[in-house]
Amino acid sequence: MAQTTHPPGTGGHAASGDGSNRRDFLYLATGAVGVVGAASAAWPFISSMNPAADTLALASIDVDLAPVAEGQAITVTWRGKPVFVRHRNAKEIEQAKTVNLGDLRDPVADEARVKKPEWLIVVGICTHLGCVPLGQKVTDPRGDFEGWFCPCHGSHYDTAGRIRKGPAPANLVVPTYAFTSDTKIRLG
Amino acid sequence: MAQAQASKFKNPLVNWIDSRLPIFTMLDHEYNHYPMPRNVNYLWAFGAIAGIMLVIMIATGLFLAMQYSSHTSLAFDSVERIMRDVNYGWLLRYVHANGASMFFIAVYIHMFRGLYYGSYKAPREILWILGVIIFLVMMGTAFMGYVLPWGQMSFWGATVITNLFSAFPIVGDPIVTLLWGGFSVDNPTLNRFFALHFLLPFVLLGLVILHTAALHVCGSNNPLGIDAKGPQDTVPFNPYVTLKDGFAVVMFLIVFAFFVFFMPNYLGHPDNYIPANPLVTPAHIVPEWYFLPFYAILRAIPDKLGGVIAMFGSIALLMALPWLDTSKVRSCKFRPIYRQFFWILAIDGLVLGYAGAMPAEGAWLLIARVGTFYYFFHFLVLLPVLGKLERPLPLPNSISEAVLKGAHAKSMEKA
Amino acid sequence: MRALKTAILSAALALGLAGAAQASEAVHLPKQSWPHAGMFGTIDKAAAQRGFQIYKEVCSACHSMRLVPIRTLAGIGFKDDELKALAAGYEVQGGPNDAGEMFMRPAIPADRFPSPFANEQAARAANNGALPPDLSLIAKARVGGEDYLHAFLTGFEEAPAGVNLMPGMNYNKYFPGHQVGMPNILQPDGVTYADGTKATVEQQARDVSTFLTFVAEPHHDARKQMGVKVILFLLVLAGLMYASKRKLWSTLH
Repeated sequence: MAQTTHPPGTGGHAASGDGSNRRDFLYLATGAVGVVGAASAAWPFISSMNPAADTLALASIDVDLAPVAEGQAITVTWRGKPVFVRHRNAKEIEQAKTVNLGDLRDPVADEARVKKPEWLIVVGICTHLGCVPLGQKVTDPRGDFEGWFCPCHGSHYDTAGRIRKGPAPANLVVPTYAFTSDTKIRLG
Repeated sequence: MAQAQASKFKNPLVNWIDSRLPIFTMLDHEYNHYPMPRNVNYLWAFGAIAGIMLVIMIATGLFLAMQYSSHTSLAFDSVERIMRDVNYGWLLRYVHANGASMFFIAVYIHMFRGLYYGSYKAPREILWILGVIIFLVMMGTAFMGYVLPWGQMSFWGATVITNLFSAFPIVGDPIVTLLWGGFSVDNPTLNRFFALHFLLPFVLLGLVILHTAALHVCGSNNPLGIDAKGPQDTVPFNPYVTLKDGFAVVMFLIVFAFFVFFMPNYLGHPDNYIPANPLVTPAHIVPEWYFLPFYAILRAIPDKLGGVIAMFGSIALLMALPWLDTSKVRSCKFRPIYRQFFWILAIDGLVLGYAGAMPAEGAWLLIARVGTFYYFFHFLVLLPVLGKLERPLPLPNSISEAVLKGAHAKSMEKA
Repeated sequence: MRALKTAILSAALALGLAGAAQASEAVHLPKQSWPHAGMFGTIDKAAAQRGFQIYKEVCSACHSMRLVPIRTLAGIGFKDDELKALAAGYEVQGGPNDAGEMFMRPAIPADRFPSPFANEQAARAANNGALPPDLSLIAKARVGGEDYLHAFLTGFEEAPAGVNLMPGMNYNKYFPGHQVGMPNILQPDGVTYADGTKATVEQQARDVSTFLTFVAEPHHDARKQMGVKVILFLLVLAGLMYASKRKLWSTLH
C-alpha cells in the first residue's frame, strides 16, 4: 500500500554535489522504510486466506465407536475430509501384524498406527493424488491386501492402511486422535 | 511512440524483451522521462492518489470476494464472518468500505483541481471526458458495492436507485424489471450486482490507463495554465514527481488510516448493520455521502422524470464542459471574476451535499432548489458568457520565468 | 497553496457535514465516557464480563445474539475450560442422527449463542407483537452506539401527561417515538455480580453496553492497537519522504 520510491540514480537525474552522501543515505532509508511498509501491508492479505477462526474452532470432533460392529467400517467427516474408522477382526489384525516391514514402501509397524488393535483410524485420502479409496463397504473392492483400493490410479492399501502396490508414495495418514472413553474418540 | 533501440538497458534480459515488445521503453518514456511542468502543486498529486486508491480497492476487494457469498440468505452473515472470523477480515473490509469514500474524496479534489486550473480545455478534451466516464463508472461500482452487505441501507438504496429508471415512460418499468431480474430487489439482483461489482473495477482500470495515455499525449496542465515550452519548464517525472506524489500519497494514507482504525463506521450508516428486510423501510434513508449532492438535485425537482433527468444531466453536462467554457485562458489564476464563481460552485456542491442528507421538506427543499439552479446556471450560462466578457490578467511568458520570479508568482497567487 | 488549503478544508467540511447530517436525526443522547473510547481505548474486560452476565441472566430471555459464537468471549478473558463449561450450559440442535432425527446436544464453544425463539413469528407472538432485535450488532446498528444503548436502558420513565401510551407499551425518553414494547428491565440488584460490584441500574447499563460494544466488534482492541502502529509508521515514512523530496527538489535551479 505504501508508495515506494525509485531510488534516484537509476533514473540518472540525481545531481551530484556536496551533500550527495547524505542524500543517498536519505533516499536509501526512505526506500527501505517504504519497502518494509509495502511488505507488512501484504501480510493481512495473505493471512486472510488461511483458515478462519470458525474453521479452526471446529477442528476437533467426537466420534462414538459403540455402534460399529466387528468387521464394519464407518466414514466420518473431519476438517472436510473423510476419516475411515474400521473395527478390525482378528484375521485383519493378524494380517497387518505379520507383514515383513522390509517389504513395505513406507515401513511402519501396525502397532505404531493404532491405539487399540481392533480400531484402525486413518484419513481416507489416497496419498497419491487425493482420491477417496474404496473398501469401506463390504461390497467394495478392497484390493490385493484386503484393505482399501484407490480406483483413480490403482493403489492398494492393506488392513493397516499401508501402501502395498500402485503409485501412492506413502501410507494412509493416521490423524491425531485420542480415546476419551472405551468407545469414544476425539479427532483433532 | 519511441522505437526499440539496441542495448538501451543494462540488463540483457530487459533488452531482449524490449527489442521484441517495447514495454520497458514505453514505461521508461512515460514514467521516467515524462516531462512534468516544474510548477505543479500538491493538488496534482490527487491523480496518483486516486490511482493508488483504485489499486487498494481492487486488492482488498479481491480478497474479500474470496470470503463473500452473494446469496440473499448468506450475504449479511458472510460479511459478519469476514468481520469476526477471517484473519484480518475486519481490516480488509474496513479498508475497502472506507477506501470507497477516500477514493471519492481523491477524485472530487482531482476534478475540482481540473475545474480551477482549466485542465479540461483544449487540447485536453478527451482526457477530461474520459475522466467523467471514470467518475460515472465509479459511481456505479460504488453503488453496487454498497448493496453487497445486504443490510437495510443496501436493500433500500438498491430499491430506490433502480426505481429511478422507472421514471422513463414506456421503457421504464421493463428496464427496472430487467435490472432486478424479478419483481423486486431480490437474490438475482444481488447476484448480478456482485458480478458487475467485480467486473467494473477492471473496466475502471482500463479507463484509467486510457486517461493516462491521453494525458501523456498533451502533457500535464499546471497552475499557470500555459504550455511548457521546453526542458527549462519541466522536470522528469521520475524521481521528482514520483517522490513528491509519494509523499502526498503517504499523507493521504494517514488520513485514510485514521478512518479505518479509529472511526471505521463514521462514514457509513448504522442501519446497514441491520439485515435487509423487504417489509420495513428505514425511517430516513440517505445514500453514501459522495452521492448526496446528486441526490439533492434529484429531490429538488418536483417531478419524477424531471428529477431523474436533472440528476443524470448534472453529470452529463460535465462532458460538454470543454465547449461550454469559452475563455481563452485556462487557469483561474488569471480569471479574477470567474475565480469567485468557482468558489461559489464549490460551496454550492457542499450545500447540495448537506441538503441531500436532510429531509426533503421545508427550507431544505428550497435550499436544494436554489443549489440545483445555481449548478446548472453556472455551467450552462455563466461559463459560456463569462468567457466572452471577462478580461483575463496578463499571462507570464513561460513557466520557468514565473518560477524564477518566485516572489512575484507568490504574490500573484495571493492576488 | 491557498487552493490546496481550501480544498482540504472543503473536504473536511464536507465530511463534517455528512456526519452532522447523520447525528442531527437522533434524539440528543447524554455522552458517556467509555474506557474503550479514543485512539488508545480498550474494552474494559471486567465490565464486559459483568455485561455478559446481564445478557445471560436478563436480555437473553427475549433477545438473540445469533451471529456470535460462544468462543468469542475468549476476547474478554474467558479461559478455554470456562468457555467449555459455559457452552455446555446451552443446548443446541444437533443431528440428524443415524435414525434421521434431530436432537438437542450440549453446545461447544464453536457454536453460536442459541436464540430464545425459533423464528421471528414465535418471537413476536411471545412479545405482544414486538420483535426483540438481535443483539449481535446492536451497538453498531443504532445511531449513537453504546451511548444510545446506555441512554435507552436508563431512559424508562412514566409517560408525561398528554402522551397516550398504547396498551402494552412503555415510555422511554431516548427511544425514537418514545413508545417501546420492551419494559424497564434493569432493576437495582436485579443481578448479583460474581465479582461483587454493586449492581445499580447505572452500573448494569454501562456493563451491558460495554459487552454489546465488544460483541459487535470483537476485534476492537486489536484494531486500535494496530492503528496506532500504522499511523506512527506512516508518519515516519512521510517525514522521510518529505525530507527526500526537499533534498531532491533543492537541486533544481
